[in-house]
Amino acid sequence: MATAAAHQTDTAGEDTATGGYERAFDAAVAAEERVEPRDWMPDAYRATLVRQMAQHAHSEIIGMQPEANWITRAPSLRRKAILMAKVQDEAGHGLYLYSAAETLGTSRDELLDKLHSGRQKYSSIFNYPTLTWADVGAIGWLVDGAAITNQVPLCRCSYGPYARAMVRICKEESFHQRQGYELLLALSRGTPEQHAMAQDAVDRWWWPSLMMFGPPDDESAHSAQSMTWKIKRHSNDELRQRFVDICVPQAASLGLTLPDPELRWNEERQRHDFGPIDWAEFRAVLKGNGPCNEQRLSQRRRAHEDGAWVREAAAAYAAKRTGRAEGERA
Amino acid sequence: MSATTATTAALALGDDALVLSHRLGEWAGHAPVLEEEVALANIALDLLGQARVLLSSAGDEDELAYLREERAFTNLQLVEQPNGDFAHTIARQLYFSTYQHLLYERLAAGEGEFAGLAAKAVKEVAYHRDHAEQWTLRLGDGTDVSHARMRAACEALWRFTGEMFEPVPGLDVDTDALRTAWRESVDTVLRRATLTLPEGPDSGGWAAGAGRQGLHTESFGRMLAEMQHLHRSHPGASW
Repeated sequence: MATAAAHQTDTAGEDTATGGYERAFDAAVAAEERVEPRDWMPDAYRATLVRQMAQHAHSEIIGMQPEANWITRAPSLRRKAILMAKVQDEAGHGLYLYSAAETLGTSRDELLDKLHSGRQKYSSIFNYPTLTWADVGAIGWLVDGAAITNQVPLCRCSYGPYARAMVRICKEESFHQRQGYELLLALSRGTPEQHAMAQDAVDRWWWPSLMMFGPPDDESAHSAQSMTWKIKRHSNDELRQRFVDICVPQAASLGLTLPDPELRWNEERQRHDFGPIDWAEFRAVLKGNGPCNEQRLSQRRRAHEDGAWVREAAAAYAAKRTGRAEGERA
Repeated sequence: MSATTATTAALALGDDALVLSHRLGEWAGHAPVLEEEVALANIALDLLGQARVLLSSAGDEDELAYLREERAFTNLQLVEQPNGDFAHTIARQLYFSTYQHLLYERLAAGEGEFAGLAAKAVKEVAYHRDHAEQWTLRLGDGTDVSHARMRAACEALWRFTGEMFEPVPGLDVDTDALRTAWRESVDTVLRRATLTLPEGPDSGGWAAGAGRQGLHTESFGRMLAEMQHLHRSHPGASW
């Protein structure tokens, strides 16, 4: 929206009523123009974006933990290299997203404080433990697969910096998803023990992955407004259905089953029917009572606290250098 | 050069890279700042890539990494030292990456077995060295706390530096010249960081060169136990 809305901002003196801005903003968004950091935007739009981008960034850095749990035990050097690269990508995604959030006037430190104090959330999926090597595959295939389903539409999000960060992130996520699928395929076609390991992981990660799309449409608190603002393009249930339809044939190719006795093709709908999701579990994990909530957050806090002296040193050194450079100029 | 000495050298260099990569991989999710999550993983990945080329030249990379016993590894004791705090990791990086960079520059300039690998790796290692030097400056010349920690780390790891300059069969380098260049470089960086080169012996309880002979420190066995456990639990499986 570098054109219409920027023009609106320039002529602010003539039209001081917020209603004028808001109408222009709404029109620009409806016309699929991108909102850029310097454009006028409603406070609620800004707050929604900060909340969503922060939660996304936090999910990337907390999401490093369950996978990093297997870096030191990866069973081949090739797998170890792939896993390290993947966890590194997630740190990189965290960086892009915190930077994108900074364009809305909130610093990374501020957002990290909110994560550490529990005032902002991260994706609940990472509150489940990675118990076997196959979990690395299940996370890639299902968790990253669900994330991509959620995130591809965000590449067209109305807020420019977020949309652009998502283009890059989605490219890397699709590599992550493929490595997960390929890892599971190797296990599924491997020894009986490896096959069982793969099946067990899929059994444990399937339902939590479906929960990643959020509550059903009629209970989703933020959905309607986000759809109007074109931050969000499809409803939770729509994306969840899309994901199920993608996964069913992939599971068959993997030689693995999905743990849902009600899962079947519906000829009439031309989509898969699937069983009810345990929303009580979803809410419990969201409230902090998942298997790893405490562990994930305390590791994050500890890394941050243990690193405080390092960050202070870097800041002190930078200040000294600046001081010296100024001293030399004087 | 005989096949055996080439293998000895490939294993020595490959094990250095493999083991240090593993230690750096332990930082994932624990680094002091997000940029260092990326940087440490990047260095670990470079080293793992080098290790894979080197080990593959000596045999099957996974058999060598996962099925050898502790006493068969010939990495330097320096690289197996636990991460400790960030200062210890940086001191280990400073000592090792300076050595590796100087060594690979020499190997790349020669016509030996490792010239090709070294020519490619030297660019990566130049970055590792720069990363270590920059952090040595920040920590040494940062706050009183960071200065004290960096000094303690440099001193604690000093006794593992001597063995870098023991001759390795199959590596045609002047180790005395390497030692001189290394000391000059590390000394310069430490001075700029308001630190000094540690005093005292540069080899500890074992003779210098112990790691190259397969004599390691206690933490190494535990590191290998973790690294090899899954692979060894499924004999013959593919991953």
